[in-house]
Amino acid sequence: MSALPTALQIVAQQFPEGTTAAEAQDIAAATNAAFAYGLAAIGPAIGIGYLVGQSVQAMARQPEAAGQVQTTMFLGIAFTEALALIGFVVFILLKFV
Amino acid sequence: MSGLSSLMGQLSILAAESDSPVPFPDIADIVIWPAAFGEGQWYEFNKIGLISIISFVVPALLFFLAGRNAKLVPSGFQNLMETGVDFVEKQIIEPAIGRDGMRYLPMLISMMFFIWVGNLFEILPTANMPSNARMANPLILALVALVMFVGVGLKHHGLGYIKEVLFPPGVPKLLYILVTPIELLSTFLIRPFSLAVRLFANLLAGHILLVTFAVLTIATFSLTPLIAVSALTFPLLIAFFLFEFMVAFLQAFIFALLTAVYIGSSLHPAH
Repeated sequence: MSALPTALQIVAQQFPEGTTAAEAQDIAAATNAAFAYGLAAIGPAIGIGYLVGQSVQAMARQPEAAGQVQTTMFLGIAFTEALALIGFVVFILLKFV
Repeated sequence: MSGLSSLMGQLSILAAESDSPVPFPDIADIVIWPAAFGEGQWYEFNKIGLISIISFVVPALLFFLAGRNAKLVPSGFQNLMETGVDFVEKQIIEPAIGRDGMRYLPMLISMMFFIWVGNLFEILPTANMPSNARMANPLILALVALVMFVGVGLKHHGLGYIKEVLFPPGVPKLLYILVTPIELLSTFLIRPFSLAVRLFANLLAGHILLVTFAVLTIATFSLTPLIAVSALTFPLLIAFFLFEFMVAFLQAFIFALLTAVYIGSSLHPAH
């Protein structure tokens, strides 16, 4: 059992020689924060792209309904975007708090 | 993977140790402002408080001046301000609540203009800080929205509103075990929370974006070997200013629109 490196030792090997524990923690937090935001942005990006694309299609087919479609589109964007923004808040919390 | 992480580690250590002419400011330096007076007291006053007061006074004054001697056929300044009222009426209330939502117009219009003017300070030179990039403002506004839509529901449907929300009709009895907690959370907790976080995070992200590009422009400009890069970052900085001008309005619009949608959903619960 002792022959196997612990998870902490594996993590510690990733950092260059002479890194203190506090620095290592900062680096890990920054790296995790970047990944957290990057992952959180994927879904909403696809969602908003699809949503706006469909809205443009609807507006092109029925220009007289453009106003209504636009309002609904902004609503949809607001709901979809919330996920990405929560990801951004997690980024801020991981990086700075 | 290990190579990547170790490279990242080395890079961030390098960034921390390098004596760049313009270091990236600490997050506390760009969002927390020192108190002008009354530090630590309940009446503590700083830049955010000043911006909040301005963004309350300016729209109120404009609307007061425009409506002081209102004419049936508006012209000039009155016409301009009526465009704002018309926008809220046509774009927010009519699609979200319907004709019977006109009595919420004063609340929605003051909410929207308070947020909009507060947001515009993000791109106003010398101020450069949106009042909604601190959690206090969006949180209070979201609590106002929560009180408003729950109040409207209770006023128009009594306790039937709570029943309508927690036990939506047309759901098999057994599914209420699953549906009721979800509805409870999503209506009374996630709705105001997401309202507040949407506004806050959008404005904070915009603020950090502008700070990043401003610092980048100055840093590359002062480092002679990199001066060509600043020809790229400076136009981007201006582009982001224009983008944030749009975001400032869009977020105010979306906040008012969502508040109207929530009020509408408690005025006319699911059919």
